[in-house]
Amino acid sequence: MNAEQICFIIFGLISLSGAIAVICFRNPIYSALALIVTFFSQAGLFILLGAPFVAAAQVIVYAGAIMVLFLFVIMLLNLGTLSTRTNIGGKMKGFAIFLGILFAIEGIYIAFKATGDSGVAREPVETKDIGKLLFSEYLLPFEVTSLILLAALIGIIALVKREKSNT
Amino acid sequence: MDSVLLLSTIVKIVVVAHLLIIGVMVMIWAERRVSGWMQDRLGPNRVGPQGLLQPIADGIKFLFKEELIPNHVDKPIYVLAPALLLVPAMITVAVVPFGNSIEIAGREIFLQIADINIGILYVLAITSLGVYGVVLGAWASNNKYSLLGGLRSSAQMISYELTLGLSIIGVLMLSSSLSLRDIAAEQGAYPWKWNFLIHFPAFLAFTTAMFAETNRLPFDLAEAEQELVAGYHTEYSSMKFAMFFMAEYMNMIVGSAVTVSLFLGGWHFFGLENLGGPVLSGLISFGIFFIKTAIFLFVFIWVRWTLPRFRYDGLMNLGWKFLLPVALSSVVVTGILWVITNGNRLAIGIGNVVAAFIVICIVGGLLVMNKPPEPAAPEISDLNALERNTTG
Repeated sequence: MNAEQICFIIFGLISLSGAIAVICFRNPIYSALALIVTFFSQAGLFILLGAPFVAAAQVIVYAGAIMVLFLFVIMLLNLGTLSTRTNIGGKMKGFAIFLGILFAIEGIYIAFKATGDSGVAREPVETKDIGKLLFSEYLLPFEVTSLILLAALIGIIALVKREKSNT
Repeated sequence: MDSVLLLSTIVKIVVVAHLLIIGVMVMIWAERRVSGWMQDRLGPNRVGPQGLLQPIADGIKFLFKEELIPNHVDKPIYVLAPALLLVPAMITVAVVPFGNSIEIAGREIFLQIADINIGILYVLAITSLGVYGVVLGAWASNNKYSLLGGLRSSAQMISYELTLGLSIIGVLMLSSSLSLRDIAAEQGAYPWKWNFLIHFPAFLAFTTAMFAETNRLPFDLAEAEQELVAGYHTEYSSMKFAMFFMAEYMNMIVGSAVTVSLFLGGWHFFGLENLGGPVLSGLISFGIFFIKTAIFLFVFIWVRWTLPRFRYDGLMNLGWKFLLPVALSSVVVTGILWVITNGNRLAIGIGNVVAAFIVICIVGGLLVMNKPPEPAAPEISDLNALERNTTG
């Protein structure tokens, strides 16, 4: 085992245990924290894959911005700890089991199809190359994404803006 | 990885980490002495020469104080929070180039722990994590003043992070690199080529945003003592409080170092850094960087005793209505002028200032026009009538 594999196992284990902890904690704040741990170790996995830019974006966007808002909302609403296990209905239970089986089949399929070659860059990808690709080959998807984001922004402002009262 | 590289990296990490901690102690001493000087009083001057050993005495006191964990706190997070603030503050320094390079045994060793090609993104990513220490410490304290302080602080940090990120994009365009070493090296030896002149409005926006990110006056609403006792660290005592305290000063030091490498020419000063042999020049470049950072840190203390604290709405107005548009204008103008004038620094510098001026005028004009009308002052005859009624 080389250093890369050891790092992969460490990050993978942290990521998995964080993900399990998210659904196991009864306190929403702890769940949010566990999610941050998962995001962070995923950033580590991205660095192992030779994508430092994606890793930085992961930390900035998910761990740094979105999760802060999550925490913010949890604290503002002051959600308490779930005292008893909430009983999910029979229909939901069946749906959950169906999704779980589907997910397990996917996982087994991927595990058996996986080859030794991960198909990722050995050398870290330069941010400059990502930028060049974004503005040449993937220009249309990039612009469409930014338009969607802009639409979402305008939508939010329109939703929360209070009409000026005439008084 | 060969042994020389490994050894030099370990040495650099040990030296930089200790310099940071010593820097924190010196900063605490300097803050108290400079504050004293600015208020025409003495400040701590009893322990050691000029009171220099005062921070050590304070540290020993903190360590030996009784560790008090109140009953009503959420214990795991309460214990974790100071570390969550201190660790990001400490590891940001890994990508800061604190000097040029030293040649030892025929090998060039860069005075920087890690020159990663996403350098400045790493800084932004790690500083954005600092907010967790504040928010979680506030929440875990289970105290309404702490929680209010934490919420204020997180709102402030999220708002000013945008300005922080946007204001450096112009700099990145000119250096066409994200590595802090490349950005510092690209600026050259002379002050009129440094980024703070080319991107003057962005420099001001960045510095202001950094004051907000480090929770320093005039933006220290999270711990406004008249309103919130001590804000998010009200319930903390002994070494845990000291960790919050250290993190604040460490953030200041690292922030100053990042500003120096982004805007103030890094280790350059009139070619002084090229004098001397391969070892001496490296040390001189480190000295130049050190002095620049120290001057910037002095500005931090200076501002603290110059500007009064912002009110909350003023803080949000400044961040969203002035700093953010100015930073955006800097991105647009730098991009356009870079293409039109083929990277002429003078044109970009002038264009940036003009654009920022126009943006501020427009925003200011809009604010004045949309200002809600003041409630009309009561007429004097009404007042007289009121007085008659109440006294009679």
